[in-house]
Amino acid sequence: MDTIRTLALTRRFGEQVALDQLTLSVAEGEIFGLVGPDGAGKTTTMRLLTGILAPSSGEAWVDGLHVVREAEPIKERIGYMSQRFGLYPDLTVLENLDFYADLYEVPTSGRGARVDRLLAFSNLAPFKRRLAGNLSGGMKQKLGLACALVHTPRVLFLDEPTNGVDPVSRRDFWRILYQLQQERVTIFVSTAYLDEAERCNRIGLLHQGRLLACDTVDGVKGLLEGTLLEVRCDTPRRAAGILRSADLGRVALFGDRIHVLAGDPDRGRTAIEGALRAEGISCHSLAAIEPTLEDVFTSTLPGGDA
Amino acid sequence: MSGARSTTAFRPRRLAAVARKEFIHVLRDPRALGIAIVLPMIMLLIFGYALTMDLDRVPLAVWDQSRTPQSRELVSRFEGSRYFSLVARPDSYREVEASLAGGRTMMAVVIPVEFGRRVASGRTTAVQVLADGSDANTTTLALSYAESVVRGYSQEILVERIRRLTGRPPALPLDLRFRSWFNTDMESRIFIVPGLIAVIMMLITALLTSLTVAREWETGTMEQLVSTPLRGTELILGKLVPYFTIGMLDMLLSVLAGRFLFGVPIRGSLVLLFLVSAIYLVGALSLGILISAKAKTQLLASQFAFVATFLPAFLLSGFMFDIRNMPKALQVLTYLIPARYFVAFLRGLYLKGTGLAQLWPECLLMVLFGALMLLAAIHSFRKRLD
Repeated sequence: MDTIRTLALTRRFGEQVALDQLTLSVAEGEIFGLVGPDGAGKTTTMRLLTGILAPSSGEAWVDGLHVVREAEPIKERIGYMSQRFGLYPDLTVLENLDFYADLYEVPTSGRGARVDRLLAFSNLAPFKRRLAGNLSGGMKQKLGLACALVHTPRVLFLDEPTNGVDPVSRRDFWRILYQLQQERVTIFVSTAYLDEAERCNRIGLLHQGRLLACDTVDGVKGLLEGTLLEVRCDTPRRAAGILRSADLGRVALFGDRIHVLAGDPDRGRTAIEGALRAEGISCHSLAAIEPTLEDVFTSTLPGGDA
Repeated sequence: MSGARSTTAFRPRRLAAVARKEFIHVLRDPRALGIAIVLPMIMLLIFGYALTMDLDRVPLAVWDQSRTPQSRELVSRFEGSRYFSLVARPDSYREVEASLAGGRTMMAVVIPVEFGRRVASGRTTAVQVLADGSDANTTTLALSYAESVVRGYSQEILVERIRRLTGRPPALPLDLRFRSWFNTDMESRIFIVPGLIAVIMMLITALLTSLTVAREWETGTMEQLVSTPLRGTELILGKLVPYFTIGMLDMLLSVLAGRFLFGVPIRGSLVLLFLVSAIYLVGALSLGILISAKAKTQLLASQFAFVATFLPAFLLSGFMFDIRNMPKALQVLTYLIPARYFVAFLRGLYLKGTGLAQLWPECLLMVLFGALMLLAAIHSFRKRLD
């Protein structure tokens, strides 16, 4: 049975459609990543699935329970970490954990061991008497996660959990998520970072409320039709402009590298070299590469060539 | 699995968790502690000492154009009264006007040139009193004092004249024997302090609680809370507990300050006093929470709480202005102000020692107010973001 299932889930805010007919399912024990830029509808999806926002139309079930009719029982089984730091800055790490443990009615017997494990797990043990407001960004996020895990939820919803967190803490954070996966916890995570999305088992690309693609990371990359060619040269910005006007395929600029999606690799290579040489630009390198999610995203988005 | 059923049930443990967290918020926030404990004491001191409606030592100017024994006698009666203090002796209307306009004096007595001659010859004579009417209440009070000084002198002259004619003093037809009950010394402080306690309770409680729900919306913790099994009843009651404790502490401090600092005696039952205060407190706290839940931002909530609780409690409860003197429409409006009943209750209990036998309608209406507000506050909480 799928742990999360949505059917044409839609949410409107006045005229604006925040989420448009979302249909997807997430299996038990899976890490599912909802990937998209700001304003894509990621937070709206999170709120609909956690039963704190009512859908305008469509249906959704979490752990077999309906998000509208059985919203309250759902809340007992899930852990949710909202995008904003949802903890009390004037309470200590331990007080925050205790508060959420009480809300979820975690039995007092054995609670100490559970809390200790969460603190060790998140490397927060040395800071347990520190006020949550005085923690660093990464530690705050780990405390948020620990609070969301205090009642051993079956499903975990994380809304951009590593936003603004340093790379080391981000790695720690993912290490924790993989450990949870070992315990068959289903994790539904949203992110705007494409490199982070690659850590998920399956992803959904969300743009302007619409699901553009939903598959494994490799599957989504396979949606890219053609071969991706990477060009390195001296004046990448100018070169990208030239290649765009030459209409050789979709062109995207990533720093000093230009990615061109060519239908045929050999013909594409010749055409690129020709177009650049005509303008007096010589290539340092020109090679076919494995696409990244970023490439998929920029090529699937309408007008989204970065 | 019984989980589906258990979430919908009320859990004292979740309520206790919210209450404990709220206590920590207050104890770790010096501003909240200031509002909770220091502000009521400051208000009590300021209003208790400054807001006295007693009038004495009205600054007075006297222009005695007559300069006769008769006019000097009248002036000395003004000087002798505790209500007046002679501060200027102008010599022209220009000077009289200047002293009134400059605010050095509030009232001027002008005695005409022919005053002494006319009094001596037994004819009626006029004395002019000019007053600064900007503050109508005070002026009315000062004028009545002046009138009684002049009338007293006038009556003595009459008595003297009759005695000279008949050889013995006349018996006055009416003799007023005045005695004030309940507030025997007629000190306004005794009247003000009980009402003040009602106003302070209303303001402090609404101010304190108006921030508590709005803050959770503003900082984002509410989104986290609504995603947990926490119920509205548990959240609202849990938030009420610490502020109720603080409110009762404020009440105790106010009563103690009233008794020992201002010497206001309590004639009624202390048990009844605190019982009814507790009921009023629940209503006022719930109103604050209701405002907070609706406003969703702290700034809006505190401003609205001020307008919705302090102003009516101050102006329309009968604390400052007698309700019977208000326009009819305003009088009807005062029935909707719970502070009105609390002010009436406190005054009755403090000054007259009345109990439930007389004050039951006020008490009943406060119970009604408390219950309604509490229900509305609990009902106002939705476990959804939209």
